[in-house]
Amino acid sequence: MSTLRTEEMTLNMGPQHPSTHGVLRFVVRADGEVMREAIPDVGYLHRSIEKIAEKVGYRGFMPYTDRVDYVCAMFTNQGWGMACEKLAGIEVPRRGEYCRVIATEFNRIASHLLSVGAMAMDIGAMTPFAHVIREREMINDLIEELCGARLTFNYMRIGGVAWDLPPGWREKALAYLDHFNPILEEYNALISWNKIYVERLANVGVITAADAINYNLVGPNLRASGIKWDIRKDIPYSVYPEFEFEVPVGNGQWGKLGDSMDRYVVRIREMAESSKILRQALEKIPPGAVLAKVVRNFKPPAGECQIRVESARGDMGWYLVSDGSGYPWRVHVRTGSFAAMGIIQKLSAGLMIADLVTLIASLDVIAPEIDR
Amino acid sequence: MEALQIIERVKSRFGDSVLEISDKKPDPFAVIDPKAIVEVGRFMNEDPELAMDCLSNESGVDYKDRIEVVYHLFSYQHRHGAVLKVKLPRDNPSVATLEGVWKSANWMEREIFDLLGVNFEGHSDLRRILMPEDWIGHPLRKDFVEPAEYHGISTVRESPIVRLDTKKK
Amino acid sequence: MPLLNTLPDYVLTTKTDELLNWMRKSSIWYMLFGLACCAIELMHTGGPRADLDRFGAVPRASARQSDLMIVAGTLTLKMALRTRLLYDQMPDPKYAIAMGSCASCGGLFQLAYSVCDGVDKILPVDVYVPGCPPRPEALTEGLLKLQEKIMTERWLVRSPNAKQVAAA
Repeated sequence: MSTLRTEEMTLNMGPQHPSTHGVLRFVVRADGEVMREAIPDVGYLHRSIEKIAEKVGYRGFMPYTDRVDYVCAMFTNQGWGMACEKLAGIEVPRRGEYCRVIATEFNRIASHLLSVGAMAMDIGAMTPFAHVIREREMINDLIEELCGARLTFNYMRIGGVAWDLPPGWREKALAYLDHFNPILEEYNALISWNKIYVERLANVGVITAADAINYNLVGPNLRASGIKWDIRKDIPYSVYPEFEFEVPVGNGQWGKLGDSMDRYVVRIREMAESSKILRQALEKIPPGAVLAKVVRNFKPPAGECQIRVESARGDMGWYLVSDGSGYPWRVHVRTGSFAAMGIIQKLSAGLMIADLVTLIASLDVIAPEIDR
Repeated sequence: MEALQIIERVKSRFGDSVLEISDKKPDPFAVIDPKAIVEVGRFMNEDPELAMDCLSNESGVDYKDRIEVVYHLFSYQHRHGAVLKVKLPRDNPSVATLEGVWKSANWMEREIFDLLGVNFEGHSDLRRILMPEDWIGHPLRKDFVEPAEYHGISTVRESPIVRLDTKKK
Repeated sequence: MPLLNTLPDYVLTTKTDELLNWMRKSSIWYMLFGLACCAIELMHTGGPRADLDRFGAVPRASARQSDLMIVAGTLTLKMALRTRLLYDQMPDPKYAIAMGSCASCGGLFQLAYSVCDGVDKILPVDVYVPGCPPRPEALTEGLLKLQEKIMTERWLVRSPNAKQVAAA
């Protein structure tokens, strides 16, 4: 048997594939089922958002930021708002900050739900995905009442948020959270201890802590490798210092530290933490205005700044260069998925082709973040 | 450490490679000689006081007379960050790659090469990443002219509403 | 097929045509071609609340097994060549729905250098569903419009352009 001659195949996991992570392509060199190398090929969703920023101006760019990462669009809105505010020295009123936190934490729950459901669907379990879509529809109803859109929100403005919480929304949101926490337990009981799920995720795609930092992984990917780092706690922004919450870190209880199961468990725990923050924010929200007074043709002073926002996929860095006119000179978004794609080529040696799908799902990459 | 203190420490070690220090608000930065950027990067990564173990962001900016590559460095151990810049001429911009120091530079430099045309010497795999392989031109440059068609698909916009790209600034 | 578009316009043949169309419109299998934001709404439309399965439409991953291609999302120039390849792989009779404004006309990315303004530059589209992204109800209405379009097709009966069809 050992003298059987084998040849290497080059397969194409093409841009169209039945996964929710968007249009990605992998050129896989495989020896049977075991891969030698999986080379990612991206750019199929490159919509030149950074160049469009130079044409539409500061205010007009806000809807485009939704499309940078449509699953967690509130974070990109907040990032752009914060970058412009830092450059121009605008301060957001406290109620506006609370509205931002509430919107973004709901979006974090929705994004993690989709990520976990898609991970289960990629492995082959169809039921969790239907459960997840049901929960997401309820969150979508809440957010639609808040800002009018289900997916690409355009809710935040430079200087705050566009609309206040509607009357009666707080009670509905609290009722949803009361409904959500037992559902999370039910979700856990559905798949987290399932033997097939654990076998497919544990010890697959182990990322050591040193590698995670060197390759600039962020967010749940970084925390799953054991590094306790969260922008909301370590470089606090907005009103996060007023809330009490934990930062879940992977602990390698199912396999090695930094494997796909750790990334999954970190996301589930983050959803529970987000619901804690939401309860506190909905209790403590102060009255007042939600939008600071900003001139109609907004012209920040010439200069540059960088801010980092803890989005659902990790810390998103916004680098903004302004030349003093009403149009930005350069906008650059550095997203967590872009860095996560860079590590796949290195991790793929020795994995099976089915494990590649698991690895991409556990890193929670999404195509518009990579390509912008 | 504050950003300016970090830059002073780099300057005390590398004197003349630090061409310019700017303490503009909100983010001060240091301009480094392109020939010395790899040594400066390696020093900042390995020095125990600075311990910049993460290249958080690397972006290219096209000004009218030069192209700049901006590095945002960050340290998880000490929780501080700094900004370095490299100024390159517009025709044939070229700088050494930082891939040997931080692996995250690999894909970010490919993106800058693709969109701005900066050549990174010593890069292991410098090819286009976001645009198609047979694309001509570097789109993020200010003087980029869109081709009229690509493989038979015309890029002319028939919609009369969209005229923002000809608006005078 | 020697029988296609050759028979005269009698009640038996038109009713057979309607029967065939009714069978075909009740089980349109669509290909998962979600490119961008509209893909999430496509998933929600196939989900529990706005269910596409009640119309007989189930998602298929392969182009060879589907008769409808819902182009959901922005089409970039890099993806356009592959899209044409996928459309050519679908067996006849095939339909295409352009979901969202990016697929219909380029949407808010018309200023972009790398975006193909509308999927109808490379393949023939039957139904355009506007929206950014369109709600699940809007996409369901698009599918119902496509079903109406399917009911008007003539297979056995001599259609007005029967001579051209017979010559082809």
